[in-house]
Amino acid sequence: MYIAIVFGPLVGALIAGLFGKVIGDRLAQIVTTGFLLLSALLSFFAFTQVAYGGHDQIVHLMNWFAVGDFRAEWALRIDTLTAVMLVVVTFVSSLVHVYSWGYMADDPAKARFFSYLSFFTFSMLMLVTANNFLQMFFGWEGVGLASYLLIGFWYKKPEANAAAIKAFVTNRVGDFGFALGVMTIFAVFGTLDFDTVFGAVQDKTDLSIPFLWMHFNAIELVAFLLFIGAMGKSAQFFLHVWLPDAMEGPTPVSALIHAATMVTAGVFLVARCAPIFELAPHASLFVTVIGAITAFFAATVGLVQNDIKRVIAYSTCSQLGYMFMAGGLGLYDAAMFHLFTHAFFKALLFLGAGSVIIGMHHEQDMRKMGGIASMMPLTWIFMIIGTLALTGVGIPGTSIGFAGFFSKDAIIEGAWEAGIAGTAFGFPAFWVGVIAALLTSFYSWRVVFMTFHGSYRGDPKVLSHAHESPPLMLVPLGLLSIGAVFAGLIFASSFIGDKAPEFWRSPAMAETVAASPAIAGHDGAAITHEAASTDKAEPAAAHEEGGEHAVPLWVAWSPFAVTLIGFLVAWYMYITRPGLGARMAARSSLVHPFLYNKWYVDEIYDFVFIRGARKLGDLFWKIGDQRLIDGFGPNGFAAATLAGAKRIIRLQTGYLYHYAFAMLIGLVGFVTWLLFNGPGGH
Amino acid sequence: MTTLPHILSLITFMPLLGALVLLLFRITSRGEDAGIIERNAPSVALATSLITFGLSVWALVDFNVADPGFQLVEDIPWFAGMSYRMGVDGISLTLVLLTTFLMPLCFIASWGVVKERITEYMIAFLLLETLMIGVFCALDIMLFYVFFEAGLIPMFIIIGVWGGPNRVYAAFKFFLYTLLGSVLMLIAIIAMILVAKTTDVTVLLTYDFPPGMQTWLWLAFFASFAVKMPMWPVHTWLPDAHVQAPTAGSVILAGVLLKMGGYGFIRFSLPMFPDASHAFAPLVFVLSIIAIIYTSLVAFRQTDMKKLIAYSSVAHMGFVTLGIFSMNFIGLQGAMFQMISHGVVSAALFLVVGVIYDRMHTREIAAYGGLVRYMPVYSAIFMLFTMANVGLPGTSGFIGEFLTMTGAYLVNSWLAFGAAFGVILSAVYALTLYKKTIFGVITNPKLEGITDLSRREIIIFVPLVVATILFGIWPSLVTDITEPAVRLLVEQAAPTLAQ
Repeated sequence: MYIAIVFGPLVGALIAGLFGKVIGDRLAQIVTTGFLLLSALLSFFAFTQVAYGGHDQIVHLMNWFAVGDFRAEWALRIDTLTAVMLVVVTFVSSLVHVYSWGYMADDPAKARFFSYLSFFTFSMLMLVTANNFLQMFFGWEGVGLASYLLIGFWYKKPEANAAAIKAFVTNRVGDFGFALGVMTIFAVFGTLDFDTVFGAVQDKTDLSIPFLWMHFNAIELVAFLLFIGAMGKSAQFFLHVWLPDAMEGPTPVSALIHAATMVTAGVFLVARCAPIFELAPHASLFVTVIGAITAFFAATVGLVQNDIKRVIAYSTCSQLGYMFMAGGLGLYDAAMFHLFTHAFFKALLFLGAGSVIIGMHHEQDMRKMGGIASMMPLTWIFMIIGTLALTGVGIPGTSIGFAGFFSKDAIIEGAWEAGIAGTAFGFPAFWVGVIAALLTSFYSWRVVFMTFHGSYRGDPKVLSHAHESPPLMLVPLGLLSIGAVFAGLIFASSFIGDKAPEFWRSPAMAETVAASPAIAGHDGAAITHEAASTDKAEPAAAHEEGGEHAVPLWVAWSPFAVTLIGFLVAWYMYITRPGLGARMAARSSLVHPFLYNKWYVDEIYDFVFIRGARKLGDLFWKIGDQRLIDGFGPNGFAAATLAGAKRIIRLQTGYLYHYAFAMLIGLVGFVTWLLFNGPGGH
Repeated sequence: MTTLPHILSLITFMPLLGALVLLLFRITSRGEDAGIIERNAPSVALATSLITFGLSVWALVDFNVADPGFQLVEDIPWFAGMSYRMGVDGISLTLVLLTTFLMPLCFIASWGVVKERITEYMIAFLLLETLMIGVFCALDIMLFYVFFEAGLIPMFIIIGVWGGPNRVYAAFKFFLYTLLGSVLMLIAIIAMILVAKTTDVTVLLTYDFPPGMQTWLWLAFFASFAVKMPMWPVHTWLPDAHVQAPTAGSVILAGVLLKMGGYGFIRFSLPMFPDASHAFAPLVFVLSIIAIIYTSLVAFRQTDMKKLIAYSSVAHMGFVTLGIFSMNFIGLQGAMFQMISHGVVSAALFLVVGVIYDRMHTREIAAYGGLVRYMPVYSAIFMLFTMANVGLPGTSGFIGEFLTMTGAYLVNSWLAFGAAFGVILSAVYALTLYKKTIFGVITNPKLEGITDLSRREIIIFVPLVVATILFGIWPSLVTDITEPAVRLLVEQAAPTLAQ
């Protein structure tokens, strides 16, 4: 069954990719989508078997390579963490396949597109089912390739090509860390197998190893390097630059790869390596800080973007920041829960945006939209649901709320508790979480209002053709909205609640706070988080269960409050006083350009790295190779020799003969010498 | 299968036999007949190379993989104490197989492309094949030297006669660099023979040269092998040679000739001069890291496709030297694997360039763009080899790079750190090349209607595609063969001083 889940999409990808021309677009679509639907069905079954039935399993396929102790095998590791990812990946992927039937209906290269989508899914599944670091790396780079191919799918657009390369190379920078991390793991543990490594982490906590110019704690180093990889794949600050540009790809791709699945691989990596991270307090602190910076940074940039997809892309970046914040604080279960719910509502938002874009004939600029809710009512409703889920609307203290409410509040409250318990950066993380929630609410509603409400601002001709999307696109939206509404409610108790220990069956995942080394000394702090953030019962109930550390009322309500504020401000700026936002932007000479230009990170990178590489390349080539090496080497030598040779002998042959002649003379001389003086000579 | 007697000699001299047959017909034929010879020479050459490949596969079957020593040994006394001594271990056999595997592809690639002096062209290549196989099989150090040096002559001729407009300069550069190395190596070999009183490689392998002497011998051998690899800063001949060479010449140059340098280090420098190897390892490491980063940056700025791939070759061979001089099992296995992988992938990339060069007669990157519209199959194959070149897991390139980096990491983490930069940079130049040629819209009107791969071209690429992926997901095919010999080598390369 697991083999079918993972390799079905590969078979589909190969059939569509290799024989797309032969079997035609329609059949290629059917084959890939069919395999994906099968894979999704089996994944749901696997999820119930594994997560609730406890049937963990490792399917050994074959050896990959074995060079001494440096070995890796192809295997499928199925535990709850994997099962969660299986469901997320195959569910969203199959919906995106179906959605693409509609979205890509006019595209001439459908077989290629579906082949790439299925190939991506296969790579992602290899990543999440890996049982060692190298297979994970295989999937890790495989999704990078698929992402590259899909971002650049419309290869005629120069921006798409540039974005594709940017994505691949930026990810490579992250993989640089990942690869070094894997080598360090091998150097420290002598194996790359997950269970063996995780089992031995405890014994290595005091080990110090040399790395570059100094000695590091081995576990900290491993965690830090692995996280560099996660930063690249999950677009965290410093390595986030590729994600917004990746929006050049077709929208279904953005939904699948750049929202729901691939970009969350970094979070998955941290959760998978929880046994390492929880013994690496400094690296974990770094994770938290980077997550917090990203959550804040991306949200601020999202405030002012005008491209509907870019706003959602920055939102994704910001939400990934939340997940890392949680991971860094040791709340791996909350991080995974947010990953899970986020997949539904962010895919929903992207596909909704895609529906708008198609309806508006490939217009993505929100300044040229407005008031189109009546033309695409279903899309409008779905986008509202997605926004409610993203902003985490729900009533604290009850179990009433959209998916994001459960997971995001769990992170924010968890951060507060971590702060109480003494984890470094707990309180700052809490405040960043709250502020980012405010920003999230504002930019999300800004999208809805600018797109669907107010008066139309674009070309009237486009408006007259604006239309609702076909059922093939609306059905996936509907299914995703169900997830966006109920995923939190249904799964909260399993992921982060009282059922969590038996759900995860992994000490690192379920007893997160207790295991976190920074607060290991604080008795009882552990249970608090689960109790408070899960059942969302009255704070009093949490008090009974968790002791004195349960979150105060204002902490529980603050996300709710800021969400409301964000909504009201957006309402005021875009509904009550339309045009106010644009006027403010025009008047601001400092803040708006700074945010609109994404804090100028791209400009700095361009100046330092891209131009730097060009300059260095030219320097090495023109000066190093041509002037110095060739100048003093062969050319200089030749000039000198030539000058001398001309005087002595005026040979008219080419150099080839010189050499052949010289060699012949040499050989003859040598053989002569050997004949008389060689080892066997007399 | 029964053991063929003298199978190594058969493999080595089968191409020479083909060459002699062609030569004989060429010399004796006149008028009409000459035309017939010209038309049939490619078939004869291809058939010969296929038989040779078949024979080398046979040798693999006869070969006992578990045995680390030399096998299939032939020993015929020659003169002056030297003998015609041939034999292979896992290290040399894989390189022989690489050579005989690539050769038929070269002939198919030249089919109908080379239009002048066809018979001579085929003779040159067959002669080259014999000499290359001889290098890997020779167990007598003089025999090795003869093969090693003589192999340059057909290569010179190939570049000089069938090369591009600036072929004389390229051949001259090649000549200067190589001459320096050869002379020094010859002197070193003479010195070794004088001291050890034998030319037998198997004896020399166990001979303890005094440490002081090792230093000089090592440096002399280094001069020759470093040029061959090529290592920075003696690499500048390679881009010029590649640019001027015909496609098949580039394939052999990148696929096999560069490997002679790596083979030399593994066969001679490490086990014969272990103390000197340890002493000089830091030097090699520094040069390797410079090669990886420096040439990757230079590759990024190239405007000529072949030059770009040539520079990328220098960077990839940097991984090989890094792995070899890590002198641990993982690094050496990685170096061996990287040589095989690079042999397949760089050969494929030069063939990829050759395909569009044959159609457009230019290698300027700027002349292309938007090819995917007319050449989807070509684009897919180019993508695969681009990914193998940047070391994507699942392709053979990844295994070699990752193993060598891990081997180097175990020596010093700086090395892996530096080499990993090259992995980032490789993505930059390789993907930029791909984007500029394949993607975008067609701006050069001459490209309109350019045809996709012909059946002949597909036949060339299929084995290379299969090898790249197969070695990527099942590298044990190679590493199992090389393992016993590499294990033995690690023991031999352990410094004697420390013991």
